[in-house]
Amino acid sequence: MKIENAQFRVDGGIHPVYNKHLAKDNAIQAMPLPSLLRVSMSQHLGAPAKPVVAKGDTVLRGQIIGEPAGFISAAVHAPTSGTVKAIVQAPTATGQSVAAVEIEPDCEDKWRDDIKGNPNWESLEVKELIDLVSDAGVAGMGGAGFPTHVKLSPPPNKTIDTLIINGAECEPYLTADNRLMIEQAENIWTGCRIIMKILGAQTVRVAIEDNKPEAIEAMEMAMASTEGNVAIVKLKTEYPQGAEKQQIFAITGKEVPSAGLPMDVGAVVENVGTTLAVWDAVVNGKPLTERVTSVTGTPVSKPGNIRNRIGTSYGDLIEFCGGTEGDTAKIISGGPMMGFAQSSLEVTTTKTTSGLLLLPPKLVTNYSSTPCISCGRCVDGCPMYLMPCELSQMIEAEDYSAAREINLMDCIECGCCAFQCPAHRPLVQHMRQGKGQVMIMMREEKEKEAEKTKD
Amino acid sequence: MHPVLTTTLAIGGVGAACGGALAMAAKFLAVHEDPRIEETANLLPGANCGGCAYAGCADYAKAIILDDAEINLCAPGGESTLCALAAMMGVEASAAEKKVAIVLCGGDSDKAPRKFAYNGIADCTAANSTGAGDKKCAYGCLGYGSCSRACPTGAIEISKGLATIHPELCIGCGACVKTCPRKLIHMIPASRTMHILCSSKDKGPIVKKACSVGCIGCTKCTKMVEDEAITMQGPLAIVDYTKDYTNEETIEACPGKCIKKVPAVAKAMAGRQGSTVD
Ligand code: SF4
Ligand code: SF4
Ligand code: SF4
Repeated sequence: MKIENAQFRVDGGIHPVYNKHLAKDNAIQAMPLPSLLRVSMSQHLGAPAKPVVAKGDTVLRGQIIGEPAGFISAAVHAPTSGTVKAIVQAPTATGQSVAAVEIEPDCEDKWRDDIKGNPNWESLEVKELIDLVSDAGVAGMGGAGFPTHVKLSPPPNKTIDTLIINGAECEPYLTADNRLMIEQAENIWTGCRIIMKILGAQTVRVAIEDNKPEAIEAMEMAMASTEGNVAIVKLKTEYPQGAEKQQIFAITGKEVPSAGLPMDVGAVVENVGTTLAVWDAVVNGKPLTERVTSVTGTPVSKPGNIRNRIGTSYGDLIEFCGGTEGDTAKIISGGPMMGFAQSSLEVTTTKTTSGLLLLPPKLVTNYSSTPCISCGRCVDGCPMYLMPCELSQMIEAEDYSAAREINLMDCIECGCCAFQCPAHRPLVQHMRQGKGQVMIMMREEKEKEAEKTKD
Repeated sequence: MHPVLTTTLAIGGVGAACGGALAMAAKFLAVHEDPRIEETANLLPGANCGGCAYAGCADYAKAIILDDAEINLCAPGGESTLCALAAMMGVEASAAEKKVAIVLCGGDSDKAPRKFAYNGIADCTAANSTGAGDKKCAYGCLGYGSCSRACPTGAIEISKGLATIHPELCIGCGACVKTCPRKLIHMIPASRTMHILCSSKDKGPIVKKACSVGCIGCTKCTKMVEDEAITMQGPLAIVDYTKDYTNEETIEACPGKCIKKVPAVAKAMAGRQGSTVD
């Protein structure tokens, strides 16, 4: 086991004010059960799960309440024992209205009877391990929520040689992953070994930004006695180094091809939270029913890292943190760079809620944008080597095919461009709008193609 | 020979040969375009709005002559164009009834509150994909004017965060319909005057919280008209524009206050175009 510095540097990227001090030293606190949990069926990327319980049913913790609907989907489990109050349509963090199961906890918090751990997981087959992960409904906990069992089953023609455990946590303010590494390094490392076995990866890199020295120390202790090609990589603090493609480049120097996936360069990246969930699913046999969310920002009375049941409302979370002091102008689910502004505290946490950020009025400006002055700062900042200024103007002119031509679809919506734009152009919103339109174009093309082959 | 003479002869010869070739080409390779196409094109208004589903007026003219396209597809031209085309083609004029667009939402900013302050691109699609739109009602008009920017005649007015279409200006081209991310714009016969201006599929109590002029699904109006001219689609009452619905008492009777009478458009249209059809 060794500690090394990242060998490559991602072009672009920015250095926002991190403000991690607000919550980074506050140990993870478990939140008591709220009076109602509203569990969304859209916990992950892909098709929302199908609710399989009805009003009045009693459920036990870990019991399946939503079955995966499709290949890219994940099961949803009851976060505690109690009664199903209703199946409702409730908004998710992005505003979409999706089915959700409301559970009134009976406060006994009784697990399903057949939960059984596998302390001797090393003797299990790869297939059995993947099934355990899949049954536990594990999905990427860094933010995107890609179902983990899908990521861990690459097609047979792809060999995975490098496993990267992502502890970069490059989003400003968020500190949940940092705390997980400090407090549960051993378990994360076990989770990592499980994933190694599943993928057959020989090389493991644990990527941590150098603004988290305690996390590096803790992971070092946990991994100290490990043999093999295993290392902790210290990344220079820079946003967006937690993004998969950027991280792979910083560590291996390999570039994921346009429209490709990390597995195309033989790598898989898993977030530390996800790794811990894999450990819990395999070693303890427990489905994913809770996560750690950073509740932070200057208006929060007692910022902290809160272990909460999935389905806890944002309002309950903030209340648990002592409510607010002073005015709050904006509430963001996730981090300030890639999170989603919220208009209601009724929204509930999911497997991907890494943070809940409250911003005071002085940090929220209402600006209006002016025309591009062609300064090129956005081009400098874009870690995907795009030309956001050009793209945004094309999208404004509704010339989506031209934007697609110059690789609009590679945009990862990191926000580095908009962060730097002196003209305050709504660049990321343009990208999102453009990507949406191109997606529609692609779908239509596919349909046409399908029709042609039918004839 | 004198070099000047040689050059003159050579160039003159080449010129004559080319001229001859061109003359032959003009005679044997000529493309005969039906003169009626141009005549037809001259009868069309030249708005190039695309409402007929052809690529501009010239294309439509070609389709009429060559592909027997219907002659009643030109909405802006109205009756006068139709009659002229009918006379030219020697067929009977059977007018497709003039259509106009309508926005089926009545919640302006006084009646339908917003759930957050939106500070992004002033475009309805963009606004609709940010937190699913800033309007409390998930179905109502966002008022960022994507439709009005698509309208070739400026018939759509945005005021107090609500799009309203002026039927006397609408040429029925349908360009606005597909721009609306909330699918609020419908093409209806221009003679219709009674409308239910709500598209919310939410149940009554939710509608009430989000808008003071929304359909609460009480079904009262459906019972006041004949021939199922208004039907319920879930909790929303919908006017069937192919049926007769003129009962103005429904306006007062509607507890949701979402039924509205808009002055007849057909008359205004005819006047504006100075139609001579009798
Ligand atoms: S949001 Fe997209 S265009 Fe802007 S910097 Fe990030 S990747 Fe580049
Ligand atoms: S940063 Fe803004 S002003 Fe500068 S080139 Fe990019 S879009 Fe234009
Ligand atoms: S009718 Fe549709 S496109 Fe027009 S302003 Fe309203 S929401 Fe926007």
